[in-house]
Amino acid sequence: MSQQTESISLHDGLVVGTVDAPELVGSRCKACGVVAFPPQSSCAKCTSRDVETRHLARQGTLWTWTIQCFAPKSPPYSGGADDFEPYGVGYVELAGEVRVEARLTEPDPEQLRIGMPMELVLIPAPGPGGGLTYAFAPAEDHE
Amino acid sequence: MTDVAVVGLGIHPFGRHPGVSGLEMAATAARAALKDAGIGWQDVEFAAGGSDAAGNADTTVSVLGLTGVPFINVKNGCATGGSALTTAHAMLAAGAAEIALVVGFDKHPPGAFNPMPEEWGLGSWYGETGLMLTTQFFAMKIQRYMAEHGISPSTLAKVASKAFDNGARNPWAWRRQPLSEAEVLSSRMVNDPLTQYMFCSPGEGAVALVLARGDRAKALARTPIYLRSVAFRTRRFGSFEVFSPSIPLESAPSPTTEAAAAAFEQAGIGPDDVDVAQLQDTESGAEVMHLAETGLCAHGEQEHLIQSGATRLDGRLPVNTDGGCLANGEPIGASGLRQVHEVVLQLRGEAGDRQIAGPRRVGFTQVYGAPGVSACTVLTR
Repeated sequence: MSQQTESISLHDGLVVGTVDAPELVGSRCKACGVVAFPPQSSCAKCTSRDVETRHLARQGTLWTWTIQCFAPKSPPYSGGADDFEPYGVGYVELAGEVRVEARLTEPDPEQLRIGMPMELVLIPAPGPGGGLTYAFAPAEDHE
Repeated sequence: MTDVAVVGLGIHPFGRHPGVSGLEMAATAARAALKDAGIGWQDVEFAAGGSDAAGNADTTVSVLGLTGVPFINVKNGCATGGSALTTAHAMLAAGAAEIALVVGFDKHPPGAFNPMPEEWGLGSWYGETGLMLTTQFFAMKIQRYMAEHGISPSTLAKVASKAFDNGARNPWAWRRQPLSEAEVLSSRMVNDPLTQYMFCSPGEGAVALVLARGDRAKALARTPIYLRSVAFRTRRFGSFEVFSPSIPLESAPSPTTEAAAAAFEQAGIGPDDVDVAQLQDTESGAEVMHLAETGLCAHGEQEHLIQSGATRLDGRLPVNTDGGCLANGEPIGASGLRQVHEVVLQLRGEAGDRQIAGPRRVGFTQVYGAPGVSACTVLTR
């Protein structure tokens, strides 16, 4: 498999890096250390405005999940109802940072369990636009 | 503080009412509440009310009569009814009026709500990629909760089955067909672990309440039911709420936990004293979690409580005796007031086929919704 090293920028700069190694861009409060995604201009915990950009960890563990079994209304969803396939959604805990909500590549509830290791990947965005979006995929255990 | 009591109840049936506007439903409920209180619209000295999607509440005054009454329109998402009640309660307690009317109503199209990301401070990508759904949030919150506290899918199904049993006994409910636990469990999966019949649907309906203070309350009502407290809170940092692209690692009490604690403290009454409760049951899991968040039981205790039938009409702690959101649907502006309406009926002993079997001295209500708001009340006979 060839290395996809072309740099990317999706969703107004929230997803950067490369196709093979995408990264989410969040923020970290320099006063109290709280990490948020997307980046916040002020801290929701301590209200400080002294925040810095932070590229978030690409690996984490599944904190909770569901399967989206029906086609969301469009708008705001980009995908159609006719070719809809169920997809996973979850929160992935990035150790010491934050829990990020994302689509999951795994749509089979039997294959998902809380605590399993996950890794950030890119998937085709729903709809005819041909773009990409971020998702978490089950990963080999990094322990 | 001066006593404030509910002295009049009015409701327009919940469900689908083609050709009837939300404002017409509100006027029907308001007239019924005035009649129940034995007063006329001209006797009302303050009014508050609202809807999320069916117009300005004070437009009802052009139907009821132009009396010059100060009327505050409330539009506060899922806490619309609770906020209107908070406002009226405060006005009466402050002595700014003797008699107040509160009205909540709504009329939503079929299907899940489709909020737009931009209205919630989120980028359009959040909706485009399929994350802007309230049902996902509810499913993920209960999924985690079940793993942490040992709640079974059977318990989720029992919550829904109870709601439809109670709804079948409620002439104003939308869903009046009993459904067994097995039927709930085998219905279409919507968002794991929640099936179709574990979710309520956006709907239509209206509720109005007449409140009075002090001596006026005693003079008006056959059985005044006292509104001992109304408490309303929004989310704190660390509370797990809908439409959150991320949540912090540290957790905080939910707005429901804080509103309930404040309501009990203001009332000087504890959760152990509650004889009947109406809890936000947007889906089955919400009722399970709210039982503990409100302090009515410990986290994890719900499994035994619900499996043993304690929350049924003849149980120790009947919950959502009118069928809740599951059987009534959710007209956002009306939901919180429907809960108070039901508790007052139960405490009066006028709940008909669904009258609780046990004592009826203390009632409790809790409404909750996006983006992390909750309003709770304590009522006593």
